[in-house]
Amino acid sequence: MGFIPHTDRERAEMLAAIGVDSIDDLFEPIPEPLRMARPLALPAALDERALLRHLERLASDNVTMDTHACFLGAGVYDHFVPAVVDALISRGEFLTSYTPYQPEMSQGMLQAIYEFQSLVATLTGMEIANASMYDAATAMAEACLMACEVKGSRVIGVSRLVHPHYRHVLRTYAESSGVEVRELAHAEGATQMPDGGAPLAAVVVQNPNFLGCIEDLSAAREASLASGSMLIVVADPIALALLRPPGDYGADVVVGEGQGLGCSPGFGGPMLGFFATRRELARRMPGRIVGATTDLDGRRAYTMTLRTREQDIRREKATSNICTNEALLALAASVHLAVLGPQGLREVAAACLRNAHSMVDALTQVGARRAFERPFFREVAVRPPGRLGVAELNRRLLQRGFLGGYDLGSAYDELDGCWLVCATENRTREEIDGLAQAVAELTR
Amino acid sequence: MSDSSAPQATGHRSEPVLIEKSVRGRRGVRPPSPQGPLGPLEEMLPGVELRTDLPLPELSELDVVRHYTALSRRNYGIDAGFYPLGSCTMKYNPRANECAARSPGWARLHPLTPPAAVQGALQLMYELNCFLAEVAGMAAATIQPAAGAHGETLSLMMVRAYHRSRGDMERTSVLIPDSAHGTNPASAALCGFQVRPITSDADGLSDTRHLRELVGADTAAVMLTNPNTLGLFESRIAEICAVVHDAGGLVYCDGANMNALLGVARPGEMGFDVMHFNLHKTFGTPHGGGGPGCGAIAVGSVLEPFLPVPVVVRRGNALYDLCHDRPLSVGRVHSFYGAFLNAVRGYAYIRSLGPDGLREVARHAVLNANYVRARIGGAYEIPHNRLCMHEVVASASRLKRRFGVRAMDVSKRLMDHGFHPPTNYFPLIVSEALMIEPTETESKQTIDAFCDALIAIAAEAETDPEVVRGAPYSTPVRRPDETAAVKRLDVRWGSSGQ
Repeated sequence: MGFIPHTDRERAEMLAAIGVDSIDDLFEPIPEPLRMARPLALPAALDERALLRHLERLASDNVTMDTHACFLGAGVYDHFVPAVVDALISRGEFLTSYTPYQPEMSQGMLQAIYEFQSLVATLTGMEIANASMYDAATAMAEACLMACEVKGSRVIGVSRLVHPHYRHVLRTYAESSGVEVRELAHAEGATQMPDGGAPLAAVVVQNPNFLGCIEDLSAAREASLASGSMLIVVADPIALALLRPPGDYGADVVVGEGQGLGCSPGFGGPMLGFFATRRELARRMPGRIVGATTDLDGRRAYTMTLRTREQDIRREKATSNICTNEALLALAASVHLAVLGPQGLREVAAACLRNAHSMVDALTQVGARRAFERPFFREVAVRPPGRLGVAELNRRLLQRGFLGGYDLGSAYDELDGCWLVCATENRTREEIDGLAQAVAELTR
Repeated sequence: MSDSSAPQATGHRSEPVLIEKSVRGRRGVRPPSPQGPLGPLEEMLPGVELRTDLPLPELSELDVVRHYTALSRRNYGIDAGFYPLGSCTMKYNPRANECAARSPGWARLHPLTPPAAVQGALQLMYELNCFLAEVAGMAAATIQPAAGAHGETLSLMMVRAYHRSRGDMERTSVLIPDSAHGTNPASAALCGFQVRPITSDADGLSDTRHLRELVGADTAAVMLTNPNTLGLFESRIAEICAVVHDAGGLVYCDGANMNALLGVARPGEMGFDVMHFNLHKTFGTPHGGGGPGCGAIAVGSVLEPFLPVPVVVRRGNALYDLCHDRPLSVGRVHSFYGAFLNAVRGYAYIRSLGPDGLREVARHAVLNANYVRARIGGAYEIPHNRLCMHEVVASASRLKRRFGVRAMDVSKRLMDHGFHPPTNYFPLIVSEALMIEPTETESKQTIDAFCDALIAIAAEAETDPEVVRGAPYSTPVRRPDETAAVKRLDVRWGSSGQ
């Protein structure tokens, strides 16, 4: 029970060495009234077979991306994951290790994180990246707090076309940090950049934005320069295979969600936030950073570095309170990128682009209309035909084996009736045509 | 699996970084083909600036497998051997729970699926919240925080919202013992609070007299770890909570050390108002080289209205749902619902152990720690040498004073004996600290071997101190130059540092 190896005899020997008669005696420092007088009210233990059967039964109550054809994105995507990713990250040497505080015992994970930092910096076109964050939402919030510190301003301008949940997390952090969040309006599927005026700590845009459309990062950069603020870009790592990277536009911070790189959708967690910035901001950056150095014998070695920013050393003066990161998922993303290579990643991105366009073509043929005409990547906002309403359409599609798109009206009053549909490289021609046919039949 | 004759991080051959192994034109895995004629990308992205170069490594699948297998051999995990890092609870990570979490019925779930179509997932979260609330002795729980420090952040946001909801705007300070984890003051600062340290008394417990001096109308909360970071139970905890409550403040429990208390004592009954769990410590989910974790929190009824949205609820018709209509909620702290797959692992852990099994976890964690204390007490000073809970803090200060051998040297020498070192130099109030947490899943034989090594190193410090100071000798690298790492700041390939 509890994976406890002790035999009765060993317990007796250990108690004798300690000098007490029973395990109960060891709890003498806990005052009697605070000790539980009854067992925890929890279900009785299950053996392994019963446990796995119980969990499989619960799991079978779920619609998944395997039971249904998934046209839902909105921050979590059904991307192809090569089998080798899970095989490698399941190795116990990685899976059961801790934060690499002792570099001699942890060279493997340290090097893997160094490689992850390199891959993220390359993809985003930035100078440096950290060892990962909890998810895109918290990475963005931390980027905004960093911008406030660097710029000495407490006002953030965030595009309304940044993921609604990311903006919600930002507001939650801002509320307790005394930061004001101003939303930048949108029109025709793109953010309306502020035209100078009030100074801001940062301008935050997402690209592709929440509506799937490609934003004009040059305009965002001009707006950030005009307001004396940092430019924070929430980027998609797969789209970055095709798009000119934010670093080329002069972005100060690039954050994003790495789930699409080899990580399970997992009902939204754990996720993989990434955070890249300019070299001169390294000491202001939250999270862990691994650096290369040499050891006593002159060999290349890796170690956590810039540790004096961190909570366990600086305590209340730390740049952030982060201790845990997402190292195992950073490893998954690195393996994923390594086995795809530049050509494979471009092909994934091109297949998303193609499939999303094929999906729009099929849907418009059955009467759907695009909400905006801007170029899009993997997701697109459409108005479905008929008067069913998006929520009801999704409900009926579920019965036909489709996981329908995101109901934009649930987050944007101004987009009521719009449906954000997504097609990744995992969608097939049959699924795309099947979706269009089902929409046609359900809305007839 | 790695070679069984090489249980430690013994991959001595250095491994080039990925980009150095890249061969132009080499391909690995081929992704699915596009469903339609591709044509020039510019036609689908009119007017969009495209990328001209993408200098990622080009490797075959086998190249990648060999690379990461080589790296894994240069890394040490619980599967390789004893990992007694204090405050980290490096217990065995059950493989059945891994197997469960990888089921497509969990791993392939989209978080925005209509609730009616993910009843199994919502039921699991609902039940886990109930389990955690029961273990804590509190009213409710949420798995939304991604890590312990994230749970602290969320808790302090809720504390702030609670005071403000009562029109009490002047509570600007948070009191934290000087023995606390660094995340506590960092989280308090992140939430805009002034941090005021509480000193520890001669017994290694929070000084209640100092606490009474500090507590007042400006106290938002006190953050306490119980058992504290010396591995000692804060026996005056009920009194402390009463003092804080009388002054209108709330009390937060850093639950990093819950492994000592499972089924034995409950923070809610001690007077705590809110606490975090580390599912990756107490409930055996893997640490993964630093994450992902799960920093679920439990709250008493005064804080329940402030929980982050969405809250998993059970409706009258026995359907589980996500409730967003919570007017007092602090908001949201994660993109979705938190580290759900770790919740599956934690749920599996609790279901496989049951109430009696969880209690045995705490009892054996405490047995093992006290056994370490008894075994090494002759060779090392133990500043508070009395019954401890799940961990024991020893000190190398005698070795330092007499032979110039520091805690760091002892730790490095332990590597040559095949063990991961304990936590060093923490808590800050013990000089030359060696903080040892054996956990319940280690056998007497393993602990004996570890204690024998520690005792041998103490003897070696006397006879051959320079040998200990020069350790380790058997690891892939030896004492990387951290000062040079900061100076060079070579944090990626292709940077000026290389």
